[in-house]
Amino acid sequence: MSYVEATPLGARARRRRILRRRFLRRPAAVISLLIVVGAVLAAAFARWVAPYSPDATDFNALLSGPSREHLLGTDDLGRDTLSRIIWGARASIQAGFLATVLAMVVAVPIGLIGGYYRGWLDTAIARVTDVLLAFPFLILAVGLAAILGPSLLNATLALGIAAVPPLIRIARGETLALREEDYVRAAVANGANDAVIIGRHILPNMTSTLLVQATLTIPAAIIGEAVLSFLGLGVQPPTPSWGVMLNAAQPYLNEAPGLAVYPGLAIVIVALAFNLLGDGLRDVLDPRTER
Amino acid sequence: MSGPLLEVEDLSVRFDTDEGSVHAVDRMSLSLEPRQVLGVVGESGCGKSVTALSIVGLLPKTAKVTGSVRFEGLELLAASKSELRRVRGRQISFVFQEPMTSLNPVFRVGHQIEEVLREHMNLSRAAARQRVVELLDLVHIPDPARRAEEYPHQLSGGMRQRVMIAMALGCDPKILIADEPTTALDVTIQAGILDLLRELRDRLGTAIVLITHNLGVVADIADRVVVMYAGRKAEEAPVGELFAHPQHPYTIGLLGAVPRAGAAARNGRLQEIPGRVPSLSELPTHCAFADRCPRADEQSWSEVPVLRQVRPDHAVACFHPGEQ
Amino acid sequence: MSGDAQPVLEVEGLVKHFTVGGRVGGGGRIVHAVDGVSFSIAPGEVLGLVGESGSGKTTVGYCVNRLYEPTEGTIRLDGADITHLSRRGLRPHRRRMHIVFQDPYSSLNPRMTCGQIVGEPLRLHGLARRRGVDARVVELFDAVGLRSELRFRYPHELSGGQRQRVGLARALSVGPDLLIADEPVSALDVSVQASVLNLMRDLQADLGFSCLFISHDLATVEFLCDRVAVMYLGKLVELAPREELFARPQHPYTQALLSAAVVPDPEIQRNRRRVVLEGDIPSPIEPPSGCRFRTRCPLEHESAPRSTDEEPPLVDVTGAGHLVACHLVRRGAEAPRLAEAPAELAGAADH
Repeated sequence: MSYVEATPLGARARRRRILRRRFLRRPAAVISLLIVVGAVLAAAFARWVAPYSPDATDFNALLSGPSREHLLGTDDLGRDTLSRIIWGARASIQAGFLATVLAMVVAVPIGLIGGYYRGWLDTAIARVTDVLLAFPFLILAVGLAAILGPSLLNATLALGIAAVPPLIRIARGETLALREEDYVRAAVANGANDAVIIGRHILPNMTSTLLVQATLTIPAAIIGEAVLSFLGLGVQPPTPSWGVMLNAAQPYLNEAPGLAVYPGLAIVIVALAFNLLGDGLRDVLDPRTER
Repeated sequence: MSGPLLEVEDLSVRFDTDEGSVHAVDRMSLSLEPRQVLGVVGESGCGKSVTALSIVGLLPKTAKVTGSVRFEGLELLAASKSELRRVRGRQISFVFQEPMTSLNPVFRVGHQIEEVLREHMNLSRAAARQRVVELLDLVHIPDPARRAEEYPHQLSGGMRQRVMIAMALGCDPKILIADEPTTALDVTIQAGILDLLRELRDRLGTAIVLITHNLGVVADIADRVVVMYAGRKAEEAPVGELFAHPQHPYTIGLLGAVPRAGAAARNGRLQEIPGRVPSLSELPTHCAFADRCPRADEQSWSEVPVLRQVRPDHAVACFHPGEQ
Repeated sequence: MSGDAQPVLEVEGLVKHFTVGGRVGGGGRIVHAVDGVSFSIAPGEVLGLVGESGSGKTTVGYCVNRLYEPTEGTIRLDGADITHLSRRGLRPHRRRMHIVFQDPYSSLNPRMTCGQIVGEPLRLHGLARRRGVDARVVELFDAVGLRSELRFRYPHELSGGQRQRVGLARALSVGPDLLIADEPVSALDVSVQASVLNLMRDLQADLGFSCLFISHDLATVEFLCDRVAVMYLGKLVELAPREELFARPQHPYTQALLSAAVVPDPEIQRNRRRVVLEGDIPSPIEPPSGCRFRTRCPLEHESAPRSTDEEPPLVDVTGAGHLVACHLVRRGAEAPRLAEAPAELAGAADH
């Protein structure tokens, strides 16, 4: 009646299989994953996926609606909307990912150190973070981008920095909780130094939470990039970006609403997909069900 | 009124989870007489809590329950929501294990008891308040009028458990189901709660179903004992009979595993039961205890043992019952 | 049992206070978790530390293991004063003591395999290297009765009892002189408790380490321990050799504790005359003045008003190592009785 397999290896593989099965039972999460992967691949292989170059103009079809040659229509310069959306995904997704990575790299160590060592340093970190949290993410991002100057790189930086405070709070909260676990005490009793305790016992047990947080930060950054580009603080035309497209669509809202609707839909769908993916991951990785 | 107060017959509970089905209870039967204290004993995962929760219909939606639970003739598993609500809290009440989390922290304890009273009985505010003080006094909470105005966090664990019991007794229920009521409490506090439960049975005539993993608690207060293992009933007998003449090897193992203060156990060893509780994801078509049983043989591995009377008023589900 | 050999552990006047509430500058309230505890453990001896919630027994264990730093007092391990050593200064001493925790679910890092968990102390102390570590881990798994393949598994794949064995293996990996066991079986099922207790007893007999065994369950303590200490609200109220404590408990709290413990035998359990203490355990934030037990002591009227003003000192009342802290207990005199005879209390029947 042995239900524990005898093979020595495969413990990790078994766990992954269980998680995969759990994930596949959630249609919302699966669909979101497909959308996210699709968007990322489309952006990466834009040259082959997009029917036209984003700068290619077609003066025979200005502000035209959906047609066989231009599935989503064209803009005032005859550029294909669908292609510009696909190419525009590059800016958005790049900004989304890079800003998130930057934010993580900055926030997690700060949260870890504050939460682990406590004392005056932690109090200082916590209070400063609280103050920064009072500013809505977009306000901070816009402010920083205005200071740094308009470019995709600066927009990414601004978004990354603006995303740091909530991530500090989460990293610090996790650290505070994890350091009370008995296995951390056991590590102290083992004679481990701080680096070992933080690196082997605390940080690895945070990764699920951090992963979920990353999948929730990315869409915020994507929307943020769109906002910054719309305001002229991010990507500069003629480089396509969803925000830039939205801005350019303003004079033509009556004649060719599609110029705003399609990029807008792209933002909504991709951001929603990341959010639902994050939710799904959080359910699947719930430590309560790991026991 | 003759006949059992509560009759559970062939109760089975199955949970459908992400990782497959879990058969928490398999064809469980129980009966409770008026004024009786029935002890349901087992270790974690044996299904005793699930059985209790299914009696009052407190299982989550993922639970599939089959069988019959009859309270004074009324079939609870088929009852309508309103019928259930009339029974739950009024005729059959429940005391949970964790007094810390079963009381709402933002309401005063008196208010919480009042809520229960006014839900089930037509009492005016004043009458309900009066009854609350009476109830707190009944469970020996000193200075009951003042305590009723306090919040749960101002009371100790033992007090909170008494408040829970007072709440459960509010409507004079015929049955009180207590799920590990003393497990989270200190030893000296536990003694007081057990005395209280016994007193309540004597004074008010409430029948009690006491669920526990602690054989000492059962020895203290139960009239009749049911031993559960892996969702099934393993043995049932009056308390003195069970402890004096245990028949099921699991029961014998449990009794031998408990160290006893003052006994000569020092130079002996505690009895171990090798192996562990089987996973409940498949219903075994053989004796669930077979892999841990010193008496297991071919029959144990091929058939499910049925409950049989092996001594007067003493039933066992085992192919090789006996005191060793 | 106490030879002339140097004690493995000497605790003197241990005090540990915590501050709760208040801000960074101060203004919080003080929790008197441990308020002046002294005892020693000889080589190879198992000392049981018994108490209910708020007694401070776990805090004592954590202070001894230097997971907490004592507020006052001294802790000497194998003669060395480790009370206020820094993390680095403690490192060499950590080889000589280790701890087993109560909760099998939170005492093992869920991201490490059981083998890595047990091998970590070996690596940290440089006791073995690479291949050597695995060989030693296999030995340890064997010693605690676990199949060696389990070392590749993650904690959540093991049962509670198996996890506790892993915890034991980890603690014993360094070959400590002192093992601190903080309620190691309380979270386990009864049938599993028995096997872990048997295991601990066997290991202690084989390896000869000393043990501070912390528990709320007197029956378990009686099974494993040579001497027993009883704590109440941060103070030691009684300390005696095992048989002596169970046969002739002197302190009213010890008697009440023994009386309250339920015995799995209906004949005995129902025929005992029981002492049920009134009231709740006071909060360690505001412990009663004088004798801390006086608010619940059935004999309080006999010791009043002294019990309100004076703390009873811990005194050896038999001259043979039976210490009691009670105003009503005097050397040579009859101890206060809460019931007819001690045999009734312990429920020990020649049954």
